[in-house]
Amino acid sequence: MDFGKAYTSDNLQFLMEGFLYTLKLAAVSILLSFIFGVLIGTLRYARIPVLSPALGWLVEIIRNLPLLLIIFFIRFALPELGIRFSLFGSAVFALTLFETAMIAEVVRSGLRSVDKGLVEAARSSGLSAFRTLRHIVLPIGLKRMVPPLVSQFISLLKDTSLMVIISLPELTHNANIVMGQHIEIVFPTLLLVAGLYFAVNYALSLVARRLESRQS
Amino acid sequence: MPDFTIITDHWESYLLGLRNTVLASLLALVGSFVLGTLIAVFRIAPWRLTQFVGAAYVEVFRNIPLLLVVYGFYLGLPAFGIPLNGFVSGTLGLMVYTSAFIAEAIRAGIMAVPQGQTEAARSSGLTYAQTMRLIILPQAIKIVIPPITNQFLNLVKNSSVLGVVAGLDLMYYGDIVNLETYNTTDTYFFVALLYLLLTLPLAYASRVLERRLARSG
Repeated sequence: MDFGKAYTSDNLQFLMEGFLYTLKLAAVSILLSFIFGVLIGTLRYARIPVLSPALGWLVEIIRNLPLLLIIFFIRFALPELGIRFSLFGSAVFALTLFETAMIAEVVRSGLRSVDKGLVEAARSSGLSAFRTLRHIVLPIGLKRMVPPLVSQFISLLKDTSLMVIISLPELTHNANIVMGQHIEIVFPTLLLVAGLYFAVNYALSLVARRLESRQS
Repeated sequence: MPDFTIITDHWESYLLGLRNTVLASLLALVGSFVLGTLIAVFRIAPWRLTQFVGAAYVEVFRNIPLLLVVYGFYLGLPAFGIPLNGFVSGTLGLMVYTSAFIAEAIRAGIMAVPQGQTEAARSSGLTYAQTMRLIILPQAIKIVIPPITNQFLNLVKNSSVLGVVAGLDLMYYGDIVNLETYNTTDTYFFVALLYLLLTLPLAYASRVLERRLARSG
């Protein structure tokens, strides 16, 4: 092990670039999958004929496939069918597709956990189904979903590391290149990179815990 | 329509990959269950030191990517003169990573057993270890079965990480088949089907178990 040889300014800068890229990819994908996840989860909760069951099947299939397979498929199989994305675009698409399915499930079960009595009360005092959803069920449900949503965001951030298979210049990919220099610097590099992922994710989980304790 | 000759011509590769995926997931499940139980007991034991070790273990492995844990075995250990192949390092990585999640599930299960039972067992003269083994853990296991089924589902999906380190799993063999067919879409369509063959029944089982537990209270 040689920490000095591993943590040269060149290596550190290269790893930092990868780290920032990882954060950018995660931020964009978290935002998109949150929007689509809430939308699809709500549509599933609303039990619209044909649409809700169809979305249900789609979510179920995507959720039960390995993300690695989805990344691979979007990057290497879709071009065969004439559908092409940029490298960053295919990474965002893969992460968003997978995490939207995961978040949709969180949202649906969060909405379902809202007391039925509240829905009945709202409906019988004359609110339409849509307004009941918007003003009663969604605000209460979303608050309750915060802890599982944050842990899903943490998963997403960890999963960005799978982009090594498409050579996206994110943190794990750059770490791979650094580690290729010499066997002596493999372990120090792994430690540093693990520390970076840990710092962001642990901070996120502390925020989630604070929000959770404020609720109860 | 997908090209079915791909699966009829290469069924041996697909089957080998499927077998290794199942094997890695099962080995990692057993390993992470043992390790996870140990960590959970560490966390709830009445000693500061074990509590700290248990909590640190869980926080570290829940907050770093699985791939890095696998790299720790695959790339990190050879630096100390311990070379491991892709299958072994992948399976060990899965085991260590998943054990953090299983530890949390088991801890939650143990906490759900009323405190009075520990007190009753302790005051009738059982040691701490006996109380855990004979009274608390058997009850906790029942509560913990649905979340662990869910973790097994995650394990099967996550085992695809073996493909990144040439771990001979379904993803890896998909790649082998793909090199011969040059038909990525259809080759991976069958890979996807085989994964769903494993994961969809597990997803269903976990839902049924959860509902049953909710009913029995």
